[in-house]
Amino acid sequence: MNRRSTLAFWLFVGPFAVGLLLFTYLPIGWSAYLSLFDARNTVTPTSFVGLENYAAVLSDRAFLDSIGTFTVFAAFVIPLTMALSLGLALLVDRVKVARAFFRSVFFLPFACSYVVAALVWKMALFSGVDSGVANTVLGWFGVAPVAWVGQVDPPLYWVVLVTVRLWLQLGFFMILLLAALQRIPKHLYEAAWTDGASPWQTFRHVTLPGLRGALVAVFTLNLINAYQAFDEFYNVLGDSRGYPPFARPPLVYLYYNSLGSGAQDLGRGSAGAVVLAGVIALVTLLSGRVLRRRG
Amino acid sequence: MRVLRWVALLVASVLFLLPFVVLVRSGLGTGWSTVTALFTDTGLSFTRSLLNSTVVAVLQTAGQLVLCSMAGYGLARVPYRHASFVFYAVVATLMVPTAVTFLPAFVVVSSLGWVSDLRGLVVPGLFSALNVFLFRQYFVDFPAALEDAGRLDGLSRWGVFRRIVVPNSKGYFAAVAVIDFIASWNQFLWPLVIAQDSSTWTVQVALSGLLTSQNPKVTLLFAAAAVSIMPIVLVFVLLQRHLVRGATESGLNG
Repeated sequence: MNRRSTLAFWLFVGPFAVGLLLFTYLPIGWSAYLSLFDARNTVTPTSFVGLENYAAVLSDRAFLDSIGTFTVFAAFVIPLTMALSLGLALLVDRVKVARAFFRSVFFLPFACSYVVAALVWKMALFSGVDSGVANTVLGWFGVAPVAWVGQVDPPLYWVVLVTVRLWLQLGFFMILLLAALQRIPKHLYEAAWTDGASPWQTFRHVTLPGLRGALVAVFTLNLINAYQAFDEFYNVLGDSRGYPPFARPPLVYLYYNSLGSGAQDLGRGSAGAVVLAGVIALVTLLSGRVLRRRG
Repeated sequence: MRVLRWVALLVASVLFLLPFVVLVRSGLGTGWSTVTALFTDTGLSFTRSLLNSTVVAVLQTAGQLVLCSMAGYGLARVPYRHASFVFYAVVATLMVPTAVTFLPAFVVVSSLGWVSDLRGLVVPGLFSALNVFLFRQYFVDFPAALEDAGRLDGLSRWGVFRRIVVPNSKGYFAAVAVIDFIASWNQFLWPLVIAQDSSTWTVQVALSGLLTSQNPKVTLLFAAAAVSIMPIVLVFVLLQRHLVRGATESGLNG
């Protein structure tokens, strides 16, 4: 009976487990191994170089800058997403008429791809020409047209990159917070109301504590997503002449160094991936600790 | 207060819808000739990329549903001494970001000779740990009484899963399917890396190629983008309720 049960377990789980081993566990191990070898233009390690790839990555300005880019991006996106998605959730939650309509409107961008959104942002909303939507609006106030993505100083490309991500993800996080709002027991609100609590006090002492778990989830997911930033950076800032040296998040750095045209250095790329894994683990651990201490 | 709330909602709605209006107006506002050009211009291989995206998204969604629901069910319901170890081994991979896996995964796929190959686009994406996790959570709460009835009728474990559990979980499967389909249709980095030959481009890779070329044909580009979001908008409108449910359930655990 026990053996039959074991057999049944692997019948159900086996096919998935094989795939997970092949496409997740094996790659991670291979990457760690490859990072110790010279592997240019090849996926098979040739000569052992020890920690040379690591030294190369860690002394590469571009790699360190990519961590900086991630930090700036996360510093803008995470607080804005938390505040705005909470704002939207509260608005939609309170409204009695057409709630499903508003929910759909804010959620719709979630179905759009980053490539399509990057196109609209780069070529229409924030195109550098006078007829771009943002420049038209600036024109109403007598401000001269601005080259949004074409210059490093001032770094206005951040406006483009941050707003495109907000548009795409706010609705998703709003839905998470809406679900959490609906789980807060109604009697808590009634109690606050009978105690004569002001709307702000009710929000501060009933709503916010009730949303704690969901807000931590929004924070953590945002942090992870910010590390994965690639699509909008690549499509907004890149063109056929290449990607500019500024504003490369880690994933773009890895892509260009290991698979992009020219430098096909998989050994060095693997070392970068391992370092990045360490950084991500560290940041996640630290932020988890900070969030728990606040609670 | 109430008026303020409505003003805020309406302003936000306009801001959220504006990009869609811009996209459709710039893409389709120039008339059908642009759309016709899109499908007839063989240099663009737009039709081909739409077809590739459809095949990839359908196969990937279907494959994920089969593999991940089976694994989730096994983990939730079939007694096995090391089941919790297997479960942790699955969940642990959720914490490994794409930034870390895409490069070595490329190495594996490349060793298999699956670069610029449909298999390379579809197969690695089938093994979604998140889906397994979601299915497991769902099956843990599945009413045991229904399964017991099946056992009494002499069904095997597989028979119970196939004939009782799956048919009674259609809503949940639909929710996961919608999320998976959208994610698969919209994915960009992996197809960019794997589909190096234009015959295997997905629609996102084709669009990006047009967008980042030195002199993008803007009208054509917008038309292509407008057409590329049609299947997703359709899925969204038809299955919105499932989508909301799926997002709520997947997001909190991601």
